[in-house]
Amino acid sequence: MKTRIADVINPSAIYTLWLRETIRFFRLRSRVLGSLGMPLFFLAFLALLPVEPSSVHGLRYIDFLAPGIIGMTLLFSSTFAGLSVIWDREFGFLREIMVAPVSRVSIILGRIVGGMTTSMFQGILMLLAAFPMGFRIRGLPSGGEATTLAILIGVLLSVLFMILISATFIGMGVAFASKLKDMSGYSLVMNFLVFPIFFLSGALFPLDDFPRWMRMLAYADPLTYGVDALRRCLVGVGEFPLLLDFAALALSGAVTVWLGAYLFERAEG
Amino acid sequence: MDAIVAERLTKCFNGLKAVDSVTFRVREGEIFGLLGPNGAGKTTLLKMLATLLKPTSGSARVCGYDVVSDADEVRRRIGVVFQEPTLDIKLTAFENLDFHARMYGMGKEERRRRIREVLRLVGLEDKADVLVENFSGGMQRRLEIARGLLHSPEVLFLDEPTLGLDVQTRKSIWEYIKERNEEEGVTVVVTTHYMEEAEFLCDRVAIIDFGKVIATGTPESLKASCGSAVITIAVDGSAQSRSRNQDGVAEAERLAAILSELEFVEEAGVRGCGRGRGSVVEVNVRGSGETCIPELVLAAAKAGIGIKSLSFRKPTLEDVFLKLTGREIRDEGEGGFKDFVRWTHVLWHRRRR
Repeated sequence: MKTRIADVINPSAIYTLWLRETIRFFRLRSRVLGSLGMPLFFLAFLALLPVEPSSVHGLRYIDFLAPGIIGMTLLFSSTFAGLSVIWDREFGFLREIMVAPVSRVSIILGRIVGGMTTSMFQGILMLLAAFPMGFRIRGLPSGGEATTLAILIGVLLSVLFMILISATFIGMGVAFASKLKDMSGYSLVMNFLVFPIFFLSGALFPLDDFPRWMRMLAYADPLTYGVDALRRCLVGVGEFPLLLDFAALALSGAVTVWLGAYLFERAEG
Repeated sequence: MDAIVAERLTKCFNGLKAVDSVTFRVREGEIFGLLGPNGAGKTTLLKMLATLLKPTSGSARVCGYDVVSDADEVRRRIGVVFQEPTLDIKLTAFENLDFHARMYGMGKEERRRRIREVLRLVGLEDKADVLVENFSGGMQRRLEIARGLLHSPEVLFLDEPTLGLDVQTRKSIWEYIKERNEEEGVTVVVTTHYMEEAEFLCDRVAIIDFGKVIATGTPESLKASCGSAVITIAVDGSAQSRSRNQDGVAEAERLAAILSELEFVEEAGVRGCGRGRGSVVEVNVRGSGETCIPELVLAAAKAGIGIKSLSFRKPTLEDVFLKLTGREIRDEGEGGFKDFVRWTHVLWHRRRR
């Protein structure tokens, strides 16, 4: 049987799934607020810590912290996409999706694009929320002046990195959701996974302060590169070259999305 | 042409055969019922036909396409209404239907027209913008049926469409299904364990038990196999029971044996095992039922067996099931190994979902 590209990747079906995800997201405003609550409190209270600029790459702590908290927001909201797979299974809507004449690839792509949109929206909300707390964007060129162009490029690039971060963790969420079929199991595993990923990423303090073995783990954490890239794009300071961040995230994103699609297809047939 | 051709269709779950070499055909435009008790394998069979489960062996074609190798072609041509709700309760009725229409690649104009049409059909046109979570069970069911019809499928699968609904809603849903079948010519395959549903709705019925089709035919022809009438005789065992210290069961058994010998009797047997039901004999008779009654009474009197009461009715599909399996379709839960096996089936399915 011949397969055409349009059969496998069906744009209108992907759009439909995206549309549903966004309608649901904006309808459940309390959930949005709830998921923003935790990162918001992290930012508000940790920013009060008397951290010497010398220990955080010469930055004010709020400037160091805010990109990390945006990374955290993306991480948490992306794993919600996995939860929505389980939610749909529990409420039966997954059947309605699976019986439609749409390829499994399109279904998973629709899910991921939808999850990315809602997660990005929350990441950007978090960025905006950081300003009243004293956060200032300095843009890309490190050491240089915060020109309008530098800020513009920095913000645009940071959006690109937000997309990559979301893709990575949505893929991970869907993969786990396909394996763990009930809600409590999923939240349990995610808690044991999400918090280490967050704390190891250098979102709260620089990797230099980690013990050596922990630093090794941090290098294996995709969010490390995500937070580093956001910090570089927004306040001009980072540990790795931006290109390395990009390569690491693109790789991790490709791997988890593929894995998520593969496991989802196997689980749902 | 046949809308569905299933040949030796089999599905095993860990060695347990949920569906066991099932062969049947569904003609285009008919309402076909899969009738059987819970756990008989109806839903598994339906899921295989709807491309949601792959058969362990055997094959099935729906609208001429194989359910495994041409699953997408089959999906395009079928509508499925599942036993459990599959609506997004956080969306409105319109949004649920719109989602469905888009997934089936319907154009904008067609979408609007058909959504309005099917909503009117199920009497929900003024509820289009209400969140589904505010719908009653019956309204949700109607919306699901509307959605199953939205993309004008050639075959509509309904898995226990009226499960858990009140009598009035059930009746009106039967009417909807019949109307759709007549007006749009859609072939309908419906699973049910409600006898009345199968009798009212279906042109033809396949009776399923333990994964096997044990009879197929029109409700009339199936019922005809049980004779023309069922006469229920309650035996008065009180006189004997006091003196011989036994209940009416022995009397009933004796009567059944005597009546079985009569030439117009198709079958006679003691019915039920519950308290107070043991002394009831059910007789399937041929010919015109009414004229048999005096003869039955006479035969009982000759044998010295008292009759407390006697009733007369036309046979139902329930009687057909009883005759074929020796069990009643809904009186489950009497224990025993067969029920144990059945429930392991059911539990296993739940786990698989």
